[in-house]
Parts: sequence; C-alpha cells; structure tokens
Amino acid sequence: MGYSDTDSTQEKTSLKQPSGSIDLIIDGAGCASCVGKIEGALTSVKGVQQAEMNFAARTVSVSGQSEPSALIQAVKQAGYSAKVVQSSSEEALLDEKEQADLAYYKTLMWKMWIGLALGLPLMIYSLIGGEMTVTTPTERLAWLFVGALTFSVMFFAGKHFFVGAWQSFKNHSANMDTLIALGTGTAWVYSMAVIAVPELIPDMARHVYFEATAMIIGLINLGLALEVKARGRTSEAIKRLIGLQPKTARVLRDGIEVDIPIEQVLLHDIVRVRPGEKIPVDGVIQEGQTAIDESMLTGEPMPVVKKTGDEVVTGTLNKTGSIVFKATRVGKDTALAQIIKMVKVAQNSKPPIGRLADIISAYFVPVVMIIAVLSALAWLNFGPEPALAFAIVSATTVLIIACPCALGLATPMSVMVGVGKAAEAGVLIRNGAALQTASKITAMILDKTGTITEGAPKVTDIIVTNGSHEDSILQLAASIESSSEHPLAMAIVESATAKGLTLNRAENFNAIAGHGATATIQNQYLLLGNEKLMRDRKVDISGYIETAQQLASEAKTPIYFAVDEQLAAVIAVSDPIKQDSITAINRLQSNGIRVVMLTGDNRLTAKAVAEKVGITEFFAEVLPEDKAQKVAELQQQGEVVGMTGDGINDAPALALANVGFAIGTGTDVAIESADITLMRGSLHGLADAIAVSKATLRNIKQNLFGAFIYNVAGVPFAAGVLYPFFGLLLSPVIAGAAMAFSSLTVVMNANRLRLFKAKEH
Amino acid sequence: MLWINISGILLIALIVWWFWLYKPQEVEVTNNKMVIRIENGVYTPAHIKVKANQSTLLAFIRTDNSPCAATVLIPGLEISEEIALNKETVITLPPLTTGEYPFHCSMQMYRGVIKSE
Repeated sequence: MGYSDTDSTQEKTSLKQPSGSIDLIIDGAGCASCVGKIEGALTSVKGVQQAEMNFAARTVSVSGQSEPSALIQAVKQAGYSAKVVQSSSEEALLDEKEQADLAYYKTLMWKMWIGLALGLPLMIYSLIGGEMTVTTPTERLAWLFVGALTFSVMFFAGKHFFVGAWQSFKNHSANMDTLIALGTGTAWVYSMAVIAVPELIPDMARHVYFEATAMIIGLINLGLALEVKARGRTSEAIKRLIGLQPKTARVLRDGIEVDIPIEQVLLHDIVRVRPGEKIPVDGVIQEGQTAIDESMLTGEPMPVVKKTGDEVVTGTLNKTGSIVFKATRVGKDTALAQIIKMVKVAQNSKPPIGRLADIISAYFVPVVMIIAVLSALAWLNFGPEPALAFAIVSATTVLIIACPCALGLATPMSVMVGVGKAAEAGVLIRNGAALQTASKITAMILDKTGTITEGAPKVTDIIVTNGSHEDSILQLAASIESSSEHPLAMAIVESATAKGLTLNRAENFNAIAGHGATATIQNQYLLLGNEKLMRDRKVDISGYIETAQQLASEAKTPIYFAVDEQLAAVIAVSDPIKQDSITAINRLQSNGIRVVMLTGDNRLTAKAVAEKVGITEFFAEVLPEDKAQKVAELQQQGEVVGMTGDGINDAPALALANVGFAIGTGTDVAIESADITLMRGSLHGLADAIAVSKATLRNIKQNLFGAFIYNVAGVPFAAGVLYPFFGLLLSPVIAGAAMAFSSLTVVMNANRLRLFKAKEH
Repeated sequence: MLWINISGILLIALIVWWFWLYKPQEVEVTNNKMVIRIENGVYTPAHIKVKANQSTLLAFIRTDNSPCAATVLIPGLEISEEIALNKETVITLPPLTTGEYPFHCSMQMYRGVIKSE
C-alpha cells in the first residue's frame, strides 16, 4: 500500500496508485545532528526516494512508496519515536485542532490546581487574621519556605507566562504574558526582599504577597482554560459545514462500483448515490431522478427535484431516487469547500468598528506598564505609610487587572459566531465590513426579475391582430428570440418548443437593449419588443394599447410583435411572484427599511407587481446600464443602500451599492460583485442577513463597551485613585480574578449569538 | 526620593524606547521562502524584508498551543490563514508593492511586519 497523493493532477488522472509524500512528527530529536541520522534511517527503507527533515518543526517529509509502519519502525531503530501526520483535509485539521485544544485545556487546568493548592490556603490564612508580615527569625524561616513553594508554583504553573514575556521583550513587543509575569514577579521579588533584607524595608512595609502570586497564576490559568473551551463553541458553524462532507464515495472503476475515500475521487469519475446518502462531490446527473435536500447549505427547507443534466452539490442529501452523476468539481474546488473557505476568511476579517480597539491594543501593554510605574511613584511620593508596600501593591494590581485580551477578543469573537450563524441560514457574508454595513441599511433596492419573481417567465396570452394562427405567430416570435438570452425571450422560445414548433433561422438579428429585437425571416422584417420600439419604428399600435395596458395591470409583460411594420400580435408573458416574497418584503419594511423595486419592465406591469408585493416605490423601464444610477440616486438622498440582484447583469449596481446582495441559485457562491450571497432564492434570506448583521454588531458593541469600561475603570481603581476619598485599594488577587474572567465574559457574550434566531422563520 | 523619582522616569523612558522607538532589524527573505516560528507568544522572526513585486512564501511552524496563535492575519493583503499545530503551513504572498504589511494573530498579541522594498 502506498500513501495518499499530494501531487499533480496529471498523476491523479492516471488511476494508478501515485507516488506521494508522508509527514512524520518526530519525538526525541533534541539536536541538529539528529537530522542526518533520522533522514538516513528513513532513506534506507525500501521504496523511499527522499526524506527531508524540518528540524525546527520536528517533522520529516518522506517521498516515495512504502508502508508508514516501516517508516515509524526505522525511526524507532534510530533511537527516536515518530507518528504519522494525518492528511490535511479540513476535517483532519479540525480534529487535530480539537485534540490540541483539549490537551491545552487539561494542561491549563492542571496548572490552575497547582496555583490554587498553595494560593487558597495562604489566602484563607490571611483572611482569618493570620499575619503576613516578617518580624521574627521564625517567621523569616517559615516565609522563606513558603517563598520557595511559590517559586515552584511560578515554575510549574506559570513558566509559560515568564517565557512568553521574555520572548516578547526580546522581540521589542509586549503582551498579556508581559503583564502577568511582571505583576506576579514583582509581588514575589518584593516578598523575598522582605525576607532576605528586612532591615532595608520599613517595619510597616514588611508584608509578603505570596498568596497573590500563587492565586493570580491559578486564576489566570483557570480563565484561559475556560476561554479555550468557550472558543471551541464559537466555531461550531464551520464544524457543521465541514461535517457535511462524506468520507467515502461509490465510484465506477473499470466497470465495477467501488467505495473509495473521498480524497481519491477524480474529476469526471462516475459516482452513484443511493437514497439516504450524501452527495460526495459536485457533479452533473447522468442517470436517474431524485429529490435532494439542500437545506444544510441553502437554508431552503423544501427538497429540490433533480433529473438528468441537473447539478448536484457536495454535502446535500439524496432523499428519494438512486442517481448516477459525473464528478465536475472535486477536492478543494467543490462548492462546499469554497463555502467553507469563504466563511473562514470572513470569520477572521474585522469590521471597521474594531479598528479603534486594534489601535488601542497595539499600545496597550506598554501604556499599562507606564501607568504602573507612575502609580508606584505617586504612592511613594504622596502615599501614607507603609508607602513602599502600597506602591508595590498598586503597581502589581495595575499590571494584573489590565486586560488587553478582552479588547482584542471583543470584535473577532462576535464576527466568528455571527458569520457562522449567517452561513447556517444560507447567507454568505464576504467580510467584516459587509457585515457592519448590512446592519445599517436604510434602503433596499430589489431587482424584479429573479429576485421578487421566480425569474422563469411563461407565455400566458397571444392576442392576434391580423387573423394569423397563434402558433405561426409564436413560431416566428420564437425564431427571433432563439438568438436572445433575455428571460422574456427564453419564455417565448420555451413556449414554442413545448408546442413542438420548429424554429426558423433568423437573419440580421439585432438586440436593442431595453427595447426588444429585430430580425428577418423568409424576407419578412420582424419586430418584437415594447411600446418604445414600436413607436420608434412607426408601427401603429393604437388599437391595442388598451389591451396591452389591461395585460400589464394583471402583472403580465405585454410584448408587441410586428411583421413588415404591421402589428401582428400582442404576446403576454408573466413571471410568477415567489411564494414568500410578500412576507419577506413586509419583514424588511417592518424593520424600517425603505424597499424600492427596480425593473426594465414597463411601468404598468411594474406597478401591478409592486402592488401585489406591497411595494409603493419603484423604478420602471430602467435600462441595465442605468441600474447603478438608481443606486447612486438613493445614496445621494442620504440612504445606506442595499442592492439585491442575480449578480450577473446587476454587477455594476451591486458593486456601487453600500452592500450588494446576490441571490444565488442554490450554491453558486462565486459571485464576485456581491458583498453578501444568499444561497437560496427566498428574500427571507435578505431579511435574515440584515437581522444577523444587526445582532452581531449589537454583540460587538456590548463586548467593546464592556472591555473598554473594564479597563478604563479597572486600571485607575487598581492604581488607587479611590484611596484618598474612600480608603479603597484593590487586592491583587481580586484583580487577577477580574482579569481572568473579563476575556472569558467576552467569549461567552459572543457565544450568546449562537442562540440567535431570525424571526418569522 | 529624588533618586527614586529619577529612576522611575528613566524606567518610563526605557519602556517608550524599547517598545515604541526602537527599530528592530529585519530578516531578509532568501530563495523566496521564509520560515517563521510561532512559539512562546511571538513570531520569530517578526520583522521580515521581502523583495517588492516578487511572490514570497511564508512557512509558519506553530508549536505554541495557545488558541490565539492558531490564526495569522495579514489585513493589508486580505489573508487569514489557520496555522496547524506542529506542522508547516505555507502562505503564498502575492508580489507586493513597496510598503509595510503588518501581520498578527486575531487578538494582535502576536505581531510582525513584512517590509517590501
């Protein structure tokens, strides 16, 4: 057996077991000289072409073909131990991360108990009136012993703070470790100085603070451990998406159906999926018909019927029939993989609201260190006796209470949960800026066709004016429109095809944007389009204007058809309004959003559709190139404008709008011009997107407010500003507890967003 | 007291110089690839010099198991990448125009700068 390939597509397309590489993690390699020894041991294994060790990472990349167990054995014989790094699939990475987090959590809890095992008894002793001072030789000896124990706590439970602080210091940067190491270190050094040279310290200041050092280390480890747990929950949405990917696929190889790991499915493979199974890769159905549940990706609750020629998407559930399909996108190219990537990128991007916190974070730690020094100087200069003890306590407390983490976590944690929550509802938010702006939208422009309506118009009426047969009119009209890609044209062609009419070849076809089309068929000059086109070409339509208006008032689009500049028919095409457009638009309006409809359709049809869905404001007869202009007009009125369209011919308008929403068809996520993509056709997705953006921004504001207030109030309190007025000075232990739980509170508040549910759903 | 106050002020001056004014030396990328370790709360090296208009690979190796260290963001390039533990995660930088591109973890406790010139 070889190992999974990581090489080129060319190799993948040959169905042979490819040559590949495997990564091993090496334990016990403590020096650079081990590198040659390990590489030599591995290259001596049969089938290995090359072994290259990254000493810094303690990993070896082995290329060739051989059993992983043989590689591990070779490393073992060389005097080290090794384990195989599993494939880097999203799921494997997530598992590794979860295991690493769990191990880290356990380590932190263990360190917490070490800190509290010493800190708690000492604190209880001081609370029940025990003397924490050094006055007699016996007390010196006893406290020396406690000091040594505290040093052990600092070493075993707090070493990571000190190492981190030192590394940061060397790097000319400072972080949370710096504050904790300085705070606990100062308390310990001062206490040891009281024991070592009490004669140099005033009587009243001969106080030891070992309980503070041990308690702070214990509590901060506890806070970090709980934060690790809480953080795990913030990525639940991404876990759920990754979990949608099946692990195996049933493919046809050499005429036989075989179950193979998903990583080995190749482009153009023929895949079979039975009822109740998930679609393993993206593809196009070649055989069979079924209903597919796409709700996990699009939020659309109703299963979608799929037949030969239709696309199927990774992770969706085949409900009823057995299908055979050809793989069109595999691995990192599937729609699901793209969705996961997009959500991950968005989860780590920051909305502008977080910028101030970022600027503050950049200067925060050195500023706190300066405040600690100033606070100590103030106590030494102006404080009551024992001024030195007060100075040490206030400096320590300032260093310990300040929490850059709460500030740093405030925005990213909420964005992480909010973007994930939106993805669960089939709403893909491109980045943090889009999330923030979506929460401020005051006006929403909805394109009519395909957004409010189904986007699948049908011919409903053919009113013939010259005595011709309806079918011959339809045949001619469809013959012109077969060269057009306009949705109305496609409706006419479909109607003719459904009747079995044969289309003629149109010559001199000319599409006139926003008006219609002209062509010549069998020497007849044909015109098909709206009233403007007819007037421009001097076709007399006066006898049928009323008919057309009547059709338009029924929300149908009337199209005039003229042969040799004589009106031959009025064809009505109707695009049904989506089932839930009315309730979704009502939902937007009840949230105070000004909803405006935009269409290239005539005014009467537009009015009829707008009235049906409860929209009072609309732009009709808008040419495609003028859509962006309408967005600009609303922006000039001071509105924050959202524009919703299909993302193809709306691209300039979507790009100009403050937030561009693209209504996808199922899982079409690659809509570049959109800030937010709605994976299902329902406008409820739009209302959901705005609702989740508002909830996320509210959550970020709560977090930022809490983090700012905590630090702005906590640091001066710790420095002792209340002491002159109320005699209040904060204990370093309380500061440690407050600091540990401040960042935890931020993560927990962000986690509340997981409970968010969009209304009316 | 005078000496204590002078010492305090000197300490503040030292903090300002060390953390804000000091310009750390940049490590130049060779062969278009730079290995950056994430360990003990810092990126090593944290100040990187790359050639402008040339694609560069940044290979991150994370041995620090703090959750903060798990994501590297380069906001100026709209890059955000999860860094696997005890593995090499390679980020490909596009050809950069001259300038500075900070990179950091999601909370900005781990910080570094890519200087393109």
